[in-house]
Amino acid sequence: MTKTDFPPSIRSRPVYGELAPRPGSFHLIVADGEGADAVAQLFARADDSKAMLAKSHILYTAGPNGTDLWDRIEALGAAQAQKAASIPTLLFRLARVLQDMQMGAQIYLTGTEGLIGQAERDIMALGFPHSDIQKEHRGSTVRRVQCVHCKGITENVRTDPFECSHCGLHLFVRDHYSRRLAAFQGVNIDAEDKGQIPPAVERFK
Amino acid sequence: MSLDVEYTFDEFFRDETFVDDFTYRNSPAGIRRFPFPFDRDDYMYSVNMEPHVPGRKGSVFEKTFDVDEHYVSEMRDRARVLARDPLRCQSLPHMTLAGWDLLELIMESKAREYPQWFSLEKNGNRWRWINRPLGIDHTFTFLDETTLPYGPMEYITRQTQGDFTLQDEREGTLWVDAGMVTTQADWSLDFDIGMNFHEWHAPVPLAHEKGIFDRALKFLLKLQHGAPVRRFNWTMTVNPLLDTAPETYPEWGYMRTTLNQDNMGHMMHLRVELQALFRLPRSNAIAFSIRAYLGKFEELVTIPKWGRRLHRVVRDIHPDLAAYKGFLRNRDEMAKWLSKYDDGAPTSAGWWPED
Repeated sequence: MTKTDFPPSIRSRPVYGELAPRPGSFHLIVADGEGADAVAQLFARADDSKAMLAKSHILYTAGPNGTDLWDRIEALGAAQAQKAASIPTLLFRLARVLQDMQMGAQIYLTGTEGLIGQAERDIMALGFPHSDIQKEHRGSTVRRVQCVHCKGITENVRTDPFECSHCGLHLFVRDHYSRRLAAFQGVNIDAEDKGQIPPAVERFK
Repeated sequence: MSLDVEYTFDEFFRDETFVDDFTYRNSPAGIRRFPFPFDRDDYMYSVNMEPHVPGRKGSVFEKTFDVDEHYVSEMRDRARVLARDPLRCQSLPHMTLAGWDLLELIMESKAREYPQWFSLEKNGNRWRWINRPLGIDHTFTFLDETTLPYGPMEYITRQTQGDFTLQDEREGTLWVDAGMVTTQADWSLDFDIGMNFHEWHAPVPLAHEKGIFDRALKFLLKLQHGAPVRRFNWTMTVNPLLDTAPETYPEWGYMRTTLNQDNMGHMMHLRVELQALFRLPRSNAIAFSIRAYLGKFEELVTIPKWGRRLHRVVRDIHPDLAAYKGFLRNRDEMAKWLSKYDDGAPTSAGWWPED
């Protein structure tokens, strides 16, 4: 698996790199779905993977497309590794782990944009600069989108336009992205010409 | 504690609306001082910044924060918008000091430049602020939030025309970490708050490729306290809606489909933003004021030079810009209506009406 190729876009749209081991007193790794492959590659790249695993805590959940590679995570043998039932339940555990984070810890996020964005949001809220967090996209490209009108967030958006799961307006999906909300922006597509809604196209898989 | 406001209208301050029956209009004197933004017959982006120093007497550049005939009605409209949607005013926790900086800047400027309407008496940190047009007489302690009914930014911007954002400076860029945004040209503070300079400008077409934002940021990072700068921006708005927010786009978007040659003159407005930037002394943040002026097409063409020039700008603008500014669908009809006021005569350089 290689990293996902996103088409060139505007400056607020997140970009992703490849996870690389960095020296640290502690390694916090958050992943979903196919992100398990990036985690395995991260340790394969380490000079002393055993020593790194002994200082690692991995939080994992299945991807929005159903991909569940928990076996691969478990087989790595990290000091701590937990499987959560969903992204929201993963984030509860993450919040507790972050309470004990100390200087010199490294953070690695990998998998889908919804997971990476929400984990990054919670980590940044504690004062970690986003540039110190490594991120690698893997797997599904479905989007987490905020309706600019009702403010409701719809998870796992596949089509453009789509129907807001809160207010029911038909929204087109912009590439404009807020790290604070961990969401792309959705805007009513028929605000000017009421009822003229183009067919939904599957843009995100 | 709340902010008790009494909206008082007189021969100067007009009683008018920016929604529903849309009674907003400019007086003949208001038209003469309209900040027409085109200094030539065509338009493309530029950084176009100049020192924000007192300009011609009577013009919108004369004072630090222009107070005009729409002041009281605009403040009433802001209160209406905030009552419906409090998310239009937000300040991240580290921006309170910048809010106090802004409050001081506005109060001192207005008391000095408009003594007939505003006064500020200081006794140490105990300040008495009087705003006569809004009926406010309030004594509070500077830098003590518990003595104000709102945070300092919200308190003073409920009494000041124009939107405001406060930018924190760190990591070599600016971060839009606070704002009062109720008179915006279709951007969402709630979505953009917390973004850096390049991120919140990301949706603007063409300008990134031209290096406009790299140069503008470099310029702004050097902005010094006491040496503010200003520039123009502009767009088009159907009906005198001060509040064209993305949040309420489903309520006002359809108005763009109702234009024709008969209603163009009073429904289509040139919306000009006089933007000014101030370095703040305690927080080192940058205050950005975005003051919107609305001019009806039928008002603007009473100045022959402006009628000719507006026609040429609208007719020839790059379609990507017209689309971004939201008038591509009406551009041809607008140009057709304006062409009646363009006899092809040459226009003089600069934006002043009489030059």
